[in-house]
Amino acid sequence: MEELLIKDYSSQGRKGYSLPPLDVEKSDLDSYYSDYIREESPGLPEVSEVDVVRHYTALSELNYGVDSGIYPLGSCTMKYNPKRNENVARAAELTNIHPYQEDEHVQGSLEILYELKQYLAEISGMDEITLQPASGAHGELTGMMIIHQYFDKKNDNRTKVLVPDSAHGTNPASAMMAGYDVVEIPSNERGMVDVDDLKEAMDENVAALMLTNPNTLGIFEEDILEIADIVHDNGGLLYYDGANMNAVMGYVRPGDMDFDVLHFNLHKTFSTPHGGGGPGSGPVGVKDFLAPYLPKPVLKKGKDSYFWDNDRPDSLGKVHAFYGNYGVMLRAWSYIITIGGKGLKKTTENAVLNANYLKAKLIKEFELPYAADSLHEFVLSGSKQKKEGVSTLNIAKRLLDYDQYAPTIYFPLVVKEAMMIEPTETENIRTLNRFVDTMLTIAREIKEDPELVNNAPHTTIVRKLDETKAAREPNLRW
Amino acid sequence: MDYVSNTKSERKNMLKEIGVKAVEDLFNMIPEEVALDRPLNIPDGISELELVRKVQKHAAKNKSLDKLTSFLGAGAYDHYVPGIIDHLISRSEFYTAYTPYQAELSQGTLEAIYEYQSMISELTGLDVTNASMLDGGSAAAEAVVMGARISRRKKVLLPETVNPAYREVIRTYGRHQDLEFIDIKTENTAVLPELIEKELDDDTAVVVVQYPNFFGSIEKMEEIGRMVNNAKKAVFVVIANPILLGLLKEPAEFGADIVVGEAQNLGNGLNYGGPYLGFMSTRDDRSYIRQLPGRIVGKTTDVDGKEGFVLTLQTREQHIRRERATSNICTNEALNALMATIYMAAMGKDGLKEVAEQSFHKAHYLAERIDKLDGYQVVNKDNFFFEFVVKSDRDLEKVKNSLLEENIIVGYDLKEAERDGLLICVTEKRTKEEMDQLVEKLEVV
Repeated sequence: MEELLIKDYSSQGRKGYSLPPLDVEKSDLDSYYSDYIREESPGLPEVSEVDVVRHYTALSELNYGVDSGIYPLGSCTMKYNPKRNENVARAAELTNIHPYQEDEHVQGSLEILYELKQYLAEISGMDEITLQPASGAHGELTGMMIIHQYFDKKNDNRTKVLVPDSAHGTNPASAMMAGYDVVEIPSNERGMVDVDDLKEAMDENVAALMLTNPNTLGIFEEDILEIADIVHDNGGLLYYDGANMNAVMGYVRPGDMDFDVLHFNLHKTFSTPHGGGGPGSGPVGVKDFLAPYLPKPVLKKGKDSYFWDNDRPDSLGKVHAFYGNYGVMLRAWSYIITIGGKGLKKTTENAVLNANYLKAKLIKEFELPYAADSLHEFVLSGSKQKKEGVSTLNIAKRLLDYDQYAPTIYFPLVVKEAMMIEPTETENIRTLNRFVDTMLTIAREIKEDPELVNNAPHTTIVRKLDETKAAREPNLRW
Repeated sequence: MDYVSNTKSERKNMLKEIGVKAVEDLFNMIPEEVALDRPLNIPDGISELELVRKVQKHAAKNKSLDKLTSFLGAGAYDHYVPGIIDHLISRSEFYTAYTPYQAELSQGTLEAIYEYQSMISELTGLDVTNASMLDGGSAAAEAVVMGARISRRKKVLLPETVNPAYREVIRTYGRHQDLEFIDIKTENTAVLPELIEKELDDDTAVVVVQYPNFFGSIEKMEEIGRMVNNAKKAVFVVIANPILLGLLKEPAEFGADIVVGEAQNLGNGLNYGGPYLGFMSTRDDRSYIRQLPGRIVGKTTDVDGKEGFVLTLQTREQHIRRERATSNICTNEALNALMATIYMAAMGKDGLKEVAEQSFHKAHYLAERIDKLDGYQVVNKDNFFFEFVVKSDRDLEKVKNSLLEENIIVGYDLKEAERDGLLICVTEKRTKEEMDQLVEKLEVV
């Protein structure tokens, strides 16, 4: 290990905290709870404050973030996380508040959340928004529960949800969690939903089709209105996975494409940091006819104040104990008002421009399995390199040697040896060119010395880790 | 202000390289019928100075706990947060990183999660902890759904002493898995084990208990645990308060199969309800681990034999198993878990215990004084840890409001939970002076 575990710095009796002395008389804890007091204290570290600071600083140095360089993970939208948004989310008057404080004490916060809802509705073409879901997948689940609730109230017992084979794994998993059977529909040779296949799969048992547009290949579903008609004509609803919203802001709105429900990923499109895996925030937008089913409470504007409306008899219930990931919402609000409506469109334009630039440069050496025009991301195949003896995994690992993060690999499943690349709008031409040069260098290395790439990474603080061993002999704690 | 750095001429060159004239050409595939034919109706962007002014204006409309004395708890707790936490999580290598899929560039995040898993396991007494859940409510819901999968049963016993918001989330998730919920009713602040025993049978999937419960009381954990463990298939889910587990017995001692809860109180601020931190631990038993939702970090070795960390046991997860996954969870609360990890490291063995003890003693000091006041009684004075229920023959709504005028939040109005009374919470942060002031005001309202 590059850095010891925090417990390895322990020394009995060492302390890293101080509290004010107890200023009241002690009660007799033992007489209350003698049966409930631990015989032995938990094995937490006994370290000094300096130990803690040095250790976690050392760990941070073993990490790579967006602030370190390009992060071309497809479908993850790893854009720059503006520092001013971090400051907003740390303003004491906005954050040192208890979730059960009176609405009248949090009018400033509620106004921000209400503005955020309005911006999200305008960007997406939806009518009502819930901010409660705490992640993208949580938003999907909430969306599918809204759909379920809508059909339940109509006594319509539909059992199936259609999901394209190119969809994010969370789509089928969310549909399952909402109680639906998942039916996968194959993509056609252009990487899009096959309208005839859809017609065949669609019947009165289908509650919804879940769609990402542009899809995970970065390709826009051109037949979207026809797709929407097929679903709606059979009484089903259309769900929009908002993971790829960065591709369409100011150009086209899911609501105008006849989608009924969608989720946003504030931690993708709206620049909030990923935090090493979270927290995110996954607000859900719906058309008016679905608004009664949203989780409660719903934020409303009264005559001259904002309030949480709990009187929602048709609500699906709750998916979070409170109102969702408020701290993330503050950052997204700050982002939207900072860059403004025009800035959002410019963001989308440059995300698409950067992706198409990378694509134009990289298809010289890497196979492009779907030729259709793509937007903010594209998917290459490492099949050619695989034939030369190097798999996509090792191309990804070799990138790490050049101090750059790797694309999303082996996804979407419809592409063999997939590399899904999304540079985002915040990368400049110099960084893009460096990424291209590195990829082309690796392609050359594969021809000249495939073992060099197969044994990558060489320069990282640990080299290729044994994942099989990790799964077979799980070591999950100290 | 936007965050696009390429200049006009650079963009022109890029377009040339792509082979199109204008950036709009890249969007030609969007059918005209759906394309937006007007600008977004969102104001133009602003500078950082304007942003700061706008934020100040909004902030001025709030009344935060900086200006109030709060005895609010009910699932979100105002504990001391060491100043080092925000500094350390502001290291942008941590907070701007993605999920650690490329392990070689993510050892910092991975090792921190491994430490988090280890320390949460120390608290719960169960050896397998995942990398976090979205919050306490959804963690409880996923634990119930997981328990039902393990027991292959549908009946869930859900006492009314469990946090009502959690009960609502549990029911929302459970309904979609066709789970059947039996409310274990009680007029007291703790549930009678006999009532659980009465409902417990071979069809019982899961029994849920909160420790301490929503009203601050401790259930008869040993007795209930024994009953559940003796039942044929039932899985025992305990929703625990992690900060108290530095002092209180680990739920595994009472036979818990899955322990979940809200770990906001471990070094995360109040943040108006989120982002918070759900945690989940289970038995080191393949049949439980296979059903566990969420990411897990494991220790392994690299090709040179050097120790390192990876995400592991991923065949449970949505990106591999899709509709057969144990959950749809993907993004979790990694940065909040890091905050909890730093908190547990800094406070350590003694710190958690001291926080729990101080909260206990202070809460008991206050409860005793309130109970002595005319017209107020502490309902659960024989059994509460740091939250307690106060009833009064006075109009509590009026009491609450007049205290608010004195900048004191007296507690959580149990009306919201369809009960009478106030739920008052005292953490180590409250002072004797603040409590004496509360008692004084209660007396005269």
